[in-house]
Amino acid sequence: MVANIQLTEEKFQELEAFINSLPTTKGELIRVLHKAQNIFGYLPAEVQKFVAKKLDVPTAKVFGVVTFYSYFTMVPKGENDIAICLGTACYVRGAEKILDAIKKEINIGVGETTPDGKFSITSLRCVGACGLAPVILVGEKVYGRITPDMVKGIIDNYR
Amino acid sequence: MSDIKVVIDNKEVLVPSGSTILDATKKAGVHVPTLCHLDLHDTKMVNQAASCRVCVVEVDGRRNLAPSCATPATNGMVVRTNSMRVLEARKTVLELLISDHPKDCLSCAKAGECELQDLAERCGLRQIGITGDAQSTYKKDITRSLIRDMDKCIMCRRCETMCNTVQEVGALSGINRGFNAVISPAFELPMGETVCTHCGQCVAVCPTGALTENDATWEVVQALADPEKVVVVQTAPAVRVAIGEEFGREPGSIVTGQMVTALRQLGFDHVFDTDFAADLTILEEGTELLGRLEAFLGGDAKALPILTSCCPAWVNFIESQFPELIDIPSTAKSPQQMFGAIAKTYFAEKLNIPREKMVVVSVMPCLAKKYEATRKEFSVDGNPDIDIVISTRELGQLIKHANIELTALEETEFDNPLGMSTGAGVIFGTTGGVIEAAVRTAYEVYTKKPLPKIDFEELRGFEGVRVAAVDVDGLMLNIGIAHGLGNARALLTEVRDGNPRNLHAIEVMACPGGCIGGAGQPYHHGNSDIIKKRQAAIYQIDKDMPIRKSHENPAITEIYEAYLGKPMGELSHKLLHTHYHIKDKV
Repeated sequence: MVANIQLTEEKFQELEAFINSLPTTKGELIRVLHKAQNIFGYLPAEVQKFVAKKLDVPTAKVFGVVTFYSYFTMVPKGENDIAICLGTACYVRGAEKILDAIKKEINIGVGETTPDGKFSITSLRCVGACGLAPVILVGEKVYGRITPDMVKGIIDNYR
Repeated sequence: MSDIKVVIDNKEVLVPSGSTILDATKKAGVHVPTLCHLDLHDTKMVNQAASCRVCVVEVDGRRNLAPSCATPATNGMVVRTNSMRVLEARKTVLELLISDHPKDCLSCAKAGECELQDLAERCGLRQIGITGDAQSTYKKDITRSLIRDMDKCIMCRRCETMCNTVQEVGALSGINRGFNAVISPAFELPMGETVCTHCGQCVAVCPTGALTENDATWEVVQALADPEKVVVVQTAPAVRVAIGEEFGREPGSIVTGQMVTALRQLGFDHVFDTDFAADLTILEEGTELLGRLEAFLGGDAKALPILTSCCPAWVNFIESQFPELIDIPSTAKSPQQMFGAIAKTYFAEKLNIPREKMVVVSVMPCLAKKYEATRKEFSVDGNPDIDIVISTRELGQLIKHANIELTALEETEFDNPLGMSTGAGVIFGTTGGVIEAAVRTAYEVYTKKPLPKIDFEELRGFEGVRVAAVDVDGLMLNIGIAHGLGNARALLTEVRDGNPRNLHAIEVMACPGGCIGGAGQPYHHGNSDIIKKRQAAIYQIDKDMPIRKSHENPAITEIYEAYLGKPMGELSHKLLHTHYHIKDKV
């Protein structure tokens, strides 16, 4: 996913059009947040306030939902999001060591983005490729059966 | 609805279908402990999170223990509340709750009133076998009114229910997940930077020390000890019918005279009454009402309705949630602030001292009053009209600390002149009271005839929203009353959307029951009967007063003649009226 961090007027208009197209906004908070993250790439405070106002729910509640679900993020993703699977199959085949190697290589933690906006790390639970465990994704590309010493090489492709 | 039969600890009871197991245990006279559960009858406060699992019971034919607060009772159900399995589970639950709870009970603001502490004592917990990480990641959040210490939060979610479902303020929400879950404002902002109205009802229902008032008792002690200062105190109407509870008196006990004696023994130089300022409020607000009524009858449709402005949490609510209605509230300051403005001008001049030499202390049933006193517009060159605000509970603590036994004291009277008041002043303490007091005066000023009947029963009661038409000598005034901010929201929305019931005057109090149910009052621990008894006591005091109309208060007549001029006049306007600010907050 390409970093999409500008909060332009057009993006707010797109979100507003989506909200206005819903037959009712009652009970649609999560759906709207999905759309918002899709549009903006993340859910900064301004976007949450906007959603709260449009849906007439307290901003505190919107924030509560955003912080509850790990899918939602308040930090913009990097140009290259590295998603590491920590599901059972990957985990038992050493995913944690892979994660450590990634963290060390780009010097950030899970849910964070490098200062230059190049990379971010996300952890997830399964990508449906357990036969390739341990698995990481960079953007949409899947890398399977990786070992810690392969990490630097993979990341170098995106530098 | 038909009744169903439930067996609780071998005792058969009949309860209406739809009841919970907990309801049935109460019917059976069995007291199952609860912690997160809270059902404040007569308000919308029902917290059924079932998150603490303290109230678990064993149900025949059911594999798991059931939380009795949230499990519906069914016909023929057989329940055991005290089996070995239940007692053990309850103890484990309690140990888990306490395992990451701070152990600073000795210095906790909630000590002695903590429901978690009570439960541990009741269950005979003598050791905590479960240890682990303790939460200490959350910084204390201190506002003018309250302190949030989330390390002491047990995630019962009562405050969240209160803030969202009852008050409909929406400042608090559960955030994060698992061990990191906590109740917080949006973006973990300090409460003071959010839509929080400072009503403090979250404090009133918090079972532990996670939410407490911002205690100012020691500031009072320091002021009293300063020989350079003249320390003046005012007590709000609702304090006198509640502070007795802090000293073991029955709810609804009237201890006005003893409270006055205690304040004098504490060393206050002048013991005055907010009721005096309430009478003053009626003269100002009543005159404003009549002026706006005249304009309304003259064709200015926007001149009414008028909203009362005594309640600072209510003012905060309208400022942050209804910007389009910001011009509707009366411009009259609240009684607390009128008192401060008069004390530091009229009374300071009488004593021939500069205002800086005077310390004005308020005793309030309210936590929002602490915030109100710090608003910039209520100070002159940085010197506030009200220096210190303490709650009813804090006054109780102060009296105990000074080794004074309130209930053993002689009764004495408030000092003059700012201690003289009427029955109309005292009913400010209950929902419906401010508007009744205003109508008593407005009627006589408008019609120039004496009131045929002084008690306006149609304005009294406990329903969240009440609407009544009052006959002012042929002119029908439609009056709306709301207590609890959620109810206020309903009424305000109605006004915003065209005012279909044609309301002319609206009274709002932020707390359930009005000030008698304020967040600074002795804790009710879920018993809303206590609030009703305080209400009955307020009306009793009114009934026993020799003068029951604000405009007949001789001290009020005197202050207008000697100092203020006339209601809404130039000096009154300067000292006794204010303006409101739209606040754009999350």
